[in-house]
Amino acid sequence: MKKTFLAMAFMLLLIVPSTILYASAQTSQSYTLTGAGSTFIFPLMDTWRVQYNNLHSNIKLNYQSIGSGAGIKLLTQKTVDFAASDAPLQPSEQAAAPGTVTIPESIGGITISYNLPGIDKGMKLTGPVIAQIFMGNITMWNDPAIANLNPGMNLPAQKILIAHRADGSGTTYAFTDYLSKVSPQWKTAVGQGKVVPWPVGTGAQGNAGVAGIVKSTPYACGYVELAYAYQNNMTYAFVQNADGSAFVEPTIASVAADAAAAATSLPAPDGDWSKVSIVNQPGSNSYPISTLTYIFVYKDMSQISGETQDKSQEVKNFLTWIIHDGQQYASPLLYVPLPSAMATADDQAISEIQFGGSAVPEFGPIAALVLAIAIVSIIAVSAKTGLRITPKL
Amino acid sequence: METVKLKGGSPLFDKIFKIAAAVAATYILAIIALIVFQLVSGSYQIWAQEGISFLTGSDWNAVEGSESYGAAPYIAGTFVTAGLAMLIGVPISIGIAMFLAELAPKFLRSILSFIIELLAAVPSVIYGLWGMFVFRDYLRDWIEVPLNNALGNNVFLFSGTPFGLDIFTASVVLAIMVIPTIASISREIMIAVPNSQREAAYMLGATKWEVFKMAVIPYSKSGLIGASILGLGRAVGETMAVTMLIGNATGPQAFPTSLFGPSQTMSSIIANEFPEASQGSLHMAALIGVGLILFAVAICINMVAQLLVSRVLKTHQGAVLA
Repeated sequence: MKKTFLAMAFMLLLIVPSTILYASAQTSQSYTLTGAGSTFIFPLMDTWRVQYNNLHSNIKLNYQSIGSGAGIKLLTQKTVDFAASDAPLQPSEQAAAPGTVTIPESIGGITISYNLPGIDKGMKLTGPVIAQIFMGNITMWNDPAIANLNPGMNLPAQKILIAHRADGSGTTYAFTDYLSKVSPQWKTAVGQGKVVPWPVGTGAQGNAGVAGIVKSTPYACGYVELAYAYQNNMTYAFVQNADGSAFVEPTIASVAADAAAAATSLPAPDGDWSKVSIVNQPGSNSYPISTLTYIFVYKDMSQISGETQDKSQEVKNFLTWIIHDGQQYASPLLYVPLPSAMATADDQAISEIQFGGSAVPEFGPIAALVLAIAIVSIIAVSAKTGLRITPKL
Repeated sequence: METVKLKGGSPLFDKIFKIAAAVAATYILAIIALIVFQLVSGSYQIWAQEGISFLTGSDWNAVEGSESYGAAPYIAGTFVTAGLAMLIGVPISIGIAMFLAELAPKFLRSILSFIIELLAAVPSVIYGLWGMFVFRDYLRDWIEVPLNNALGNNVFLFSGTPFGLDIFTASVVLAIMVIPTIASISREIMIAVPNSQREAAYMLGATKWEVFKMAVIPYSKSGLIGASILGLGRAVGETMAVTMLIGNATGPQAFPTSLFGPSQTMSSIIANEFPEASQGSLHMAALIGVGLILFAVAICINMVAQLLVSRVLKTHQGAVLA
């Protein structure tokens, strides 16, 4: 008798938890995708989060806009599904996070904004002149170099007050990329990076900080991301294109034209993107100061802690959605949508994302296995002990 | 007669209590040790690379390939802004405390001291925003530009291009931030001066100022110094407001030469560049190295403060005994 009770207790012990486990595995189909990084992309990412959740109510996105560098750190530590950044991975970062694919997901344009009382947008500037201004070699607004480009403009005899970013920033990375391309002098004296040794000027926090300084300080001049320049009604310069044929106004269309010209020359998804630059592309309507923003994902997603095969599939679905359907939300927020050639390259990159070599069995199958063993052992034990479920007649 | 009965008193409980208290006390030491360890190991790379020139150099170049770091401008920037803030803030604070403790009518006393304590509770980012969007325009248009026009070419202190985001603005706002701290502590200290001291001075026929000079100041000197040092501590470590106002120059440009030029402090360069510095890079090591210097400076300030206070206390006690 005692034996029978023990056997029954043992069976219960197996059946009850496994049934609960199996049931919970069946119902928990919702996933929270995690991403971190760029603050620049946050408004668009947040719109994506809401819109994607409307379409797929079981998918939630948790995106932390903690800065590109910090996002890459989290990806290196394998605690987020993807990282977003305004600058490509540098060689040292690539070494720390081997096997990542790079997916450009949005484009930004950078304006040269100024505050000259009585002068509207449209001052004409060339790349070398911009470099000379930001190096402190051109110090007055009525310098001949500026005046010759703008005949008839009533330039004041005032000092140029330079404002630049003080925090590490993808905007700085792209702007100094452009200056290094158009001015050999800038390249040797200052160079390109998220933080560079500025020869002159005042540093401010974020695009909003630079925009704030330029807006509130007469005779100030700074580089501001397109969306911030539009939203703050700033006056900005038209910059000479790479061909030298025209001075192009920064608009969503002219930045997109520049990016489209660069789409054919991008490296492989898992290649070295650190030298990628889309500034100063050919085309008479290409605005030359622009930059790609990126998402980084591990090719083998199984190394992310807590990742499952199903979840990694959801990450792929989400990324596919943002580079196709999601792009319609870019323009209203003053982001430049991806040209179709780049979206095609991104599809290739996303198809390379996989989940591990040896598939780890999931919660559901394990629970089902335990349940099966329990049922078999019930039959075996009851047969051996002579225990019957139906009373003996 | 009732006796007090102790419940649950056992040697075992006593032992547990002792251990728990010891653990709590060790916690502080452990935290400090961990901070030092983390700062030293994190910045080891930069000391190996730059050596002593990390302290004396002024290059700050994070461009991959031509990296070079020197923290001297930020050390100087920290001391100059904090020093200027103390120069402006301490006399005003002592004045406020004097008024509240000795001169103000009773009803005004409680209202004013409440307001001052309220000011101490304002978060620094509020001071920063106010300084950036409101105060800087007034400083620039009414003080900086006139001074620059009048003396800019002759006196290096007022040279440069007044922007409103510079050492001067940062120091003035810092002074405003340290005033509540110093003033409220100084007031407490002056109130704590025994009335017998004041009465004795009055008895000798002293005026209000003489009472203050003869009785209150000597008695509260050490406390006033301590209050000022607390304010200095806040000024040195202040990050947010300074970052928003100091202009954030880097490299040799950040050396404080003119009141109206941009500079950078140790805490502001960390706040600016840390989030985007890549893990394991020399840039990251340099920023952690700046943190280590800041930590050392904070310890030095505290030690000097202890020394000053104890010396003043000693001579003061000696005087009383004599």
